[in-house]
Amino acid sequence: MDPLQFVTTTRVAIVAGKGGVGKTTVTAVLARAAIRRGLRVLVVELDGKPTLDQLLPDVQVQHISATVALGEYLDSHGLSRVAKRLTNSGIIDVVATASPGIDDIVVLGKIKQLERSGEWDLVVVDGPAAGHAITFLLAAKSLLSTVRGGPIAGQATEVAAMLADPTRAQVVLVTLPEATPVNEAVETAAALTERIGVQLAPVVVNAVDAGPDLQADAAPEGSAMRAAAEFRNARRALHTAERAHLAEALPLPQLVLPLVPGSMLDSAAVDRLADEWGAP
Amino acid sequence: MTATAPMTELREHLRDAAVIVCCGSGGVGKTTTAAALGLEAAHMGRRAVVVTIDPAKRLADALGVPGGLTNDPVRLPIDAPGELWALMLDTASTFDGLVRANAENAEQAERILANRFYRNVAGSLSGTQEYMAAERLHALHRDERFDVVIVDTPPTRNALDFLDAPNTLARFIDHPLFKMLMLPTRRGLKVLNLAAQPVLKTIGRVVGGDVLADAIAFFQAFSGMETGFRERADEVITLLASDVTRFVLVASPRADTIEEAQYFAGRLERGGLTVHAVVVNRCTPTFGELPAKRPRAVVQAALWDNLRDLQATAATERSHVDALLGHGAMPPGVHTSFVPTLPGDVHTMAALETIRFHLFPPTR
Repeated sequence: MDPLQFVTTTRVAIVAGKGGVGKTTVTAVLARAAIRRGLRVLVVELDGKPTLDQLLPDVQVQHISATVALGEYLDSHGLSRVAKRLTNSGIIDVVATASPGIDDIVVLGKIKQLERSGEWDLVVVDGPAAGHAITFLLAAKSLLSTVRGGPIAGQATEVAAMLADPTRAQVVLVTLPEATPVNEAVETAAALTERIGVQLAPVVVNAVDAGPDLQADAAPEGSAMRAAAEFRNARRALHTAERAHLAEALPLPQLVLPLVPGSMLDSAAVDRLADEWGAP
Repeated sequence: MTATAPMTELREHLRDAAVIVCCGSGGVGKTTTAAALGLEAAHMGRRAVVVTIDPAKRLADALGVPGGLTNDPVRLPIDAPGELWALMLDTASTFDGLVRANAENAEQAERILANRFYRNVAGSLSGTQEYMAAERLHALHRDERFDVVIVDTPPTRNALDFLDAPNTLARFIDHPLFKMLMLPTRRGLKVLNLAAQPVLKTIGRVVGGDVLADAIAFFQAFSGMETGFRERADEVITLLASDVTRFVLVASPRADTIEEAQYFAGRLERGGLTVHAVVVNRCTPTFGELPAKRPRAVVQAALWDNLRDLQATAATERSHVDALLGHGAMPPGVHTSFVPTLPGDVHTMAALETIRFHLFPPTR
């Protein structure tokens, strides 16, 4: 069973995970691996950071900002003059507050548009920052529970439909092989499936230190080589145990990315990591 | 780094400060650092309270609190001359409490608390969490039970909101639209009339009329309370800039988190604030000298390779850290502590003690 097969069976992959787990790295590697499978891939980024353009120099990266998207949305509904005034004066915050998640819906609406355009086989979305993945994806459902009618409700209905259809969208959870991130991934997975009904793709375990046990006692007691080996064995054992814990608590296939020690991640490193996920 | 500048040890900051703000990006061990600082403060005989606003609820894990933390400070069972308390900020209940405490009467409070727009503001408006953290800091700072308040901020970009929150509120209140909305209802200027204003009409068309009516009703109910909020916001701004507050930048020796840390240091500086100490967590430990010759035997050669790899990793990490601390990136006199990656995970008081040992090595 090829755990990466989902890239060919869905059109939007939303990469989600807490801060520091390597969401952007996984987005880049996933995009690269999908391109190697011959797919036309678009990357969507929501934080306004240029990192993905650097990691994927030959790939189209679209930056979507909630404020800009909401402005465009108002514009396309014939409110262009007011939209400008709203954006400039900060009143857009009031719109967003009066109807929480409206900006998320507009962003998801844009993603839905890209999905429907037929221009791309796969849209990989580097999800919103730490902790907000659930609220972000829940926005459409929450809004529909309070607002009836009107253009935004219509948009929310279409977004909810996309998220509920595994052939259109799936969520790729990212975690690290450590206790806290694993627990968080398990909780997020439960919330995503129960509250949003979105399909989960294989979970990505990033920065895994794997390898055979080193025979620490072959070096003299108190030596640097021995201490280093014991440290490495303990870290690897921790990673193995946490992966097992994850597999038990979250029965999804795991995609693993190896630990790239301390180095600056660049496009060449992304290529090497994509090698890990091989060609079909 | 200026070699001549006097270095202030982390311990001295902990002894002198009334407020310590830990900031940095996600996954660098900020919460654990805040807890370790609190632990040391208690051992120094101070009464410390650690506030986490991290929605990831990690502090409870690190402190070994079985039932999890609540919105009210809980005293932790540690053996120290001082005290260690901890709480996990619940944004909505904190906001509710403020509304109750500041409303002119119970009727006004209930009107606000029942309003749907208010529930949205309290529950999900981005920035509210940061603002409530600032309010909480204000209250805990004045609470006579505590000598020092240690705040664990959310990941970097949100943490900036934490610093901005008091200012944002002031802007919010001064905004002409809000001024208009908060005008006391007089001469028949009712919700319906307001809703006929062109700007509001537009908003209503997008979000729906009843949603807008809720918003207007909220602002009218809130009217009169903004002064208190405004005053406390100003006091928090003053407190953060005063010499009883210390900012501890937490990072890990990875290129991306170092970049975030640099960005944050710059932001603090532009806001007239300064970094007082840096904590670099999760450093690959150093084990000692690599033997000059790689052993021939396969087993020993593997051990030699492992030590060499770990040393190379440590060197790379060091170069990232130097990039953060060098080139005048940090103000002179900033003390940096290094905490090694622990072999296990940081979920016990014992692990916390180890981190404390690295942050505050026994004096020679």
